[in-house]
Amino acid sequence: MDAPATYLNWNFILISIPNVIMIVGMLVVFIVALVAPFPSHAEVVVADDNDNE
Amino acid sequence: MSSGNSEPQAEPSSWTLAIRRFLQRSLPLKHLLPDRQPVFVGSWVYIFGVVAIAGLMWVVGSGVVLALFGPQWWHQSGVGRFVNSLHLWSVQVFFVFMVLHLWGQYFMASWRDGRAKTWMVGVVIFAFSIVTAFTGFVSQQNFAGQWIAVNAKDATNAAGIGSFFNVLNFGQMYGLHIALLPMLVATLVGVHILLVRMKGVVRPIENKPDAQPSHEEPAS
Repeated sequence: MDAPATYLNWNFILISIPNVIMIVGMLVVFIVALVAPFPSHAEVVVADDNDNE
Repeated sequence: MSSGNSEPQAEPSSWTLAIRRFLQRSLPLKHLLPDRQPVFVGSWVYIFGVVAIAGLMWVVGSGVVLALFGPQWWHQSGVGRFVNSLHLWSVQVFFVFMVLHLWGQYFMASWRDGRAKTWMVGVVIFAFSIVTAFTGFVSQQNFAGQWIAVNAKDATNAAGIGSFFNVLNFGQMYGLHIALLPMLVATLVGVHILLVRMKGVVRPIENKPDAQPSHEEPAS
């Protein structure tokens, strides 16, 4: 933990591996959240265009 | 003196009454504590904000314990190191899910239909959270904290704020970190949640019958 992180260097981009892992992980979580089915109760409340409370 | 009963009674007016009427009008209990949500809220994207709030609760809880016992405890005892780590990792959870929440709300343009205030309060929360985390990093009372502070001193001096925001002044940084900034962030998060409850959850962009908000008329 006390050792300096390994860095990726491509042109002007310089980023540590831990930061790359965090960013890629967040992108994966975001995409999964968009496509993964959301569990719902048996009686789904269907949105009414006039009153969605 | 009273001029008799025939004169119409003037409508009483006071700050208390005005505030009560405002709250009754803009934040009825069924909006504050809803038991039903629009069907489009059934998506994992809507979970990010509440996970960020859960992370913030862990941050504050572990921070209170750290403040009670002090730096020697959080560096040298096993339990102290555990709570210190809990504080660090709950901050990671808070920031990761705050950014995921930001992405989700950005791509669905959540400032629509009178929600600009909600969006802007969120932006301010993000900014103050960064400052709060920064003051925490320089308050660790270890070499990493000193290293960050010494490097940041150049940046704050270059920005012209080093004289009144002195990152090498532990008392100032620690005071900001455990008192002023957490209260600010917690208060703004409360305002953010109230604004969400007042305006309802924004509709998906493609689902816009007259672009009505989920439970209120659009703000004028």
